[in-house]
Amino acid sequence: MTDGAACADTFPKLLLRNAEYLADRPAMREKEFGIWQTWTWSEVLDEVRAFALGLKKMGLKRGDSIAIIGDNRPRLYWTFLAAQSLGAVPVPVYQDAVADEMVYVLKHAKVSFVMAENQEQVDKILTVSDKVKAIKEIIFDDERGLKNYGHGHIRSFVAVREVGRAELKKNAKAGERWLAEIGKGKGSDTSVILYTSGTTGESKGVQLTNSRCIEAASDTVKFDKIDENEVALAYLPLAWVGDYYLNFAQGMVAGFCLACPESPETVQEDLREIGPTFYFAPPRVFETLLTQIQIRMEDAGRFKRWLYQTFIDVAQRHGEDILNGKPVPLAGRLQYALGEFLIYGPLKNRLGFSRIRFAYTAGEAIGPDLFQFYRSLGVNLKQLYGQTEAFLYVTAQPDGEIHADTVGPAVPGVEIRIADDGEVQFKSPGMFIGYFRDKKQTSETMTKDGFVKTGDAGVFDHDTGHLKIIDRAKDVGKINDGTLFAPKYIENKLKFFPYIREAVAYGDGRDFCAVMLNIDLVAVGNWAERNNIIYASYQELAAHTGVYKIIEQSVDEVNRSLADELELAGSQIHRFLILHKELDADDGELTRTQKVRRGFIADRYGPLVKALYDGSNHFKISTEVTYEDGRKGEIKGEVKIVDMTPHPAQHRKEAAE
Amino acid sequence: MSAKAKKINGRAETILSIEDISLSFGGVQAIRNVSFNIKKREILAIIGPNGAGKTSMLNVINGFYHPQKGTITYKGEKCHDMRPHLAATQGIARTFQNVALFKGMSTLDNIMSGRALKMKQNVFWQMIYYGPAQKEELEHREFVERIIDFLEIQHIRRIPVGKLAYGLQKRVELGRALAAEPDLLLLDEPMAGMNSEEKEDMSRFVLDVNEELGTTIALIEHDMGVVMDLSDRIIVLNYGQKIADGTPDQVRNNAEVIDAYLGVKYD
Repeated sequence: MTDGAACADTFPKLLLRNAEYLADRPAMREKEFGIWQTWTWSEVLDEVRAFALGLKKMGLKRGDSIAIIGDNRPRLYWTFLAAQSLGAVPVPVYQDAVADEMVYVLKHAKVSFVMAENQEQVDKILTVSDKVKAIKEIIFDDERGLKNYGHGHIRSFVAVREVGRAELKKNAKAGERWLAEIGKGKGSDTSVILYTSGTTGESKGVQLTNSRCIEAASDTVKFDKIDENEVALAYLPLAWVGDYYLNFAQGMVAGFCLACPESPETVQEDLREIGPTFYFAPPRVFETLLTQIQIRMEDAGRFKRWLYQTFIDVAQRHGEDILNGKPVPLAGRLQYALGEFLIYGPLKNRLGFSRIRFAYTAGEAIGPDLFQFYRSLGVNLKQLYGQTEAFLYVTAQPDGEIHADTVGPAVPGVEIRIADDGEVQFKSPGMFIGYFRDKKQTSETMTKDGFVKTGDAGVFDHDTGHLKIIDRAKDVGKINDGTLFAPKYIENKLKFFPYIREAVAYGDGRDFCAVMLNIDLVAVGNWAERNNIIYASYQELAAHTGVYKIIEQSVDEVNRSLADELELAGSQIHRFLILHKELDADDGELTRTQKVRRGFIADRYGPLVKALYDGSNHFKISTEVTYEDGRKGEIKGEVKIVDMTPHPAQHRKEAAE
Repeated sequence: MSAKAKKINGRAETILSIEDISLSFGGVQAIRNVSFNIKKREILAIIGPNGAGKTSMLNVINGFYHPQKGTITYKGEKCHDMRPHLAATQGIARTFQNVALFKGMSTLDNIMSGRALKMKQNVFWQMIYYGPAQKEELEHREFVERIIDFLEIQHIRRIPVGKLAYGLQKRVELGRALAAEPDLLLLDEPMAGMNSEEKEDMSRFVLDVNEELGTTIALIEHDMGVVMDLSDRIIVLNYGQKIADGTPDQVRNNAEVIDAYLGVKYD
């Protein structure tokens, strides 16, 4: 269903096309009251038309912006379309942001309408309404608890839709006028404003245009041979470019069915029931899944454990070759087939991966072992590299050319170059037209000849020609003895261990590398249970001597592997500590996309960082924490600091001999 | 006084009234001459120090205990004491201080069990299952699914209750009580042992039940913040006697209550 995409240059036009050609095919599914409900493309058109007319009646007009806040719900996706059909600009907002964080986006984007999922989100908006005076109307999807809010400017989706329906009944021309309104939409209009998560400082509003979005989505739809028979589960945050691209834009272009999970907690089960044909998840999700599998296997009986181990070994030997279409001996193929029947098939079914044709991961480096694990099971997991400014894709790995340490060549239509200082720059069909109301940042990010600076340091791999990302360009530093220091590289190595959830490495301009860690409560909790260790909280478990011992082993492993690398042997970890609280986006320590904000953490835990370098072995600290509703509390504790013995650098020794 | 409290007091329609109840176990006098009433659609909190007779009071209301003296008038019908099955069929449901669920059964089945009294088909048809029993089951299942949606526990629908965290078990128990479509809901320490985020969730559910379903709620709770925020009216018991009865504002300024229970003035 890619033909015809060229002549439709806005998403509402694509909706009209889909409603015509794919009228009775499913467009949306959502699990409600335990049963999957389905809307066909023509039903979606009905909903969007009525809702759009309702919005119009309420005063939404061309050029206005409407904030969309909530989990992945069909009505929220329809709001995108309804707004775009009137020429208004949707601005999705991270639904788990606390109210004060939202103020910046709501104000900056000059939002006048808000579509909120439920009472929680409406309450948040109301608490900051005196700071954001421009908001005129609030519309909500889920009516629960909102009965008594009913004054003129807070209404339900249904109420607005009924206004639209009444208008359609009363006025025969209303439908035609709506079509005319869609006709006025141009490809060069802003389709959406997506606010970046802001690893550093305030977030920026990335403006993407209709035709660029559609062109980029058409390219990847061809690249991965996506058609209307695909099914995807929409569980990525609405405010993240990945959801707008992979699910919304590709869904509109290819006309496939988008399924919305019952609730964020049921995603795993919904995956299994829906059986999506393509899937995207950040490395962390794949990591968590593997950890869960490992934990459950450790609890299984001896025979099952043996069976699992035996066939996972078979998969390690032959799985990837089979997936890549390389020659494999007959015995290997037979063993793999038996494994597929006994282990891989059921396991994939459990994970909801049975029907997956391809899966992508991006956002951070994925561990080679982790990557290989899923591929060896027959899941066609691939990496892509991109960013919001590019409308997601810059590179992607084509089938059969998969390497764990590269992110693949440029996708069709994208030009990439490496600047003199090592920074990756690109030009792509979907790239943004500028930051909303921020000319200065826009001109800083774009080069004179129209390339976008990514801020990432990268190289092209010699053998394959694929792009390899090293770190954020400005994060790469030097330890005082002159060794290269790439914090993210070390952090990722640490995070590949199931017991370690989060790591923050310091070393730039210091005498050695030291790290602060978060343990993984699920994995370590399970370990504690098996070892009869009693604990009441994260803090208590994190401070346990036994936990320090197992973490020490992991850190030592990382040092051993760093010792093997020519340039990085000097950045081995000399000291580490386990933080007394989990890093949390509510406290500003992580971004809403769960990336660590190193600079902020260094400020917040300044005394701890100091203690890492002054040789002390324990340190008392108290930290303020923020609850979801914005209230503050305090956590007090004593943190131990452990010294490590670095391994001798392998390469240096060989060179000396 | 909130707008809602005014409305309730203005209408003053009583769903349950307790008159001069006394209850003793041997020589221990658990409740002495306590009278109060519960008005339709209000949230009433019963507070007091440990051993003040709060749980005994709930047990009297739904017929677990039989008072030696006094009368209970429920929906206009006067009787000396309640019987648990009568209370249940007439629309009184409750949750317990120590969660009392079927640990080995799933969340869904536990809540479904709350519908037991509403099932009309006899054992014979239920054994055959297909036919009328199936039709009935589907209707009940739909109702239960609405409760699951209401309490946001979709993700634990099929998990045995014994495996769940305490806060979630409390929520399932509330779900089972709601399954009986009660007119009067008795909650015995619904937030005991919860952290502040769980308490906040639970408070929201209690308010939503009251507002959306119009259920009258009587609850026992120790967290004064929760009690003051949630309730329309508070009754204070001390050594089996009622020492105060009024709005949160009146109670928090009552000298006797401060002396017996709050310790300091609670703002």
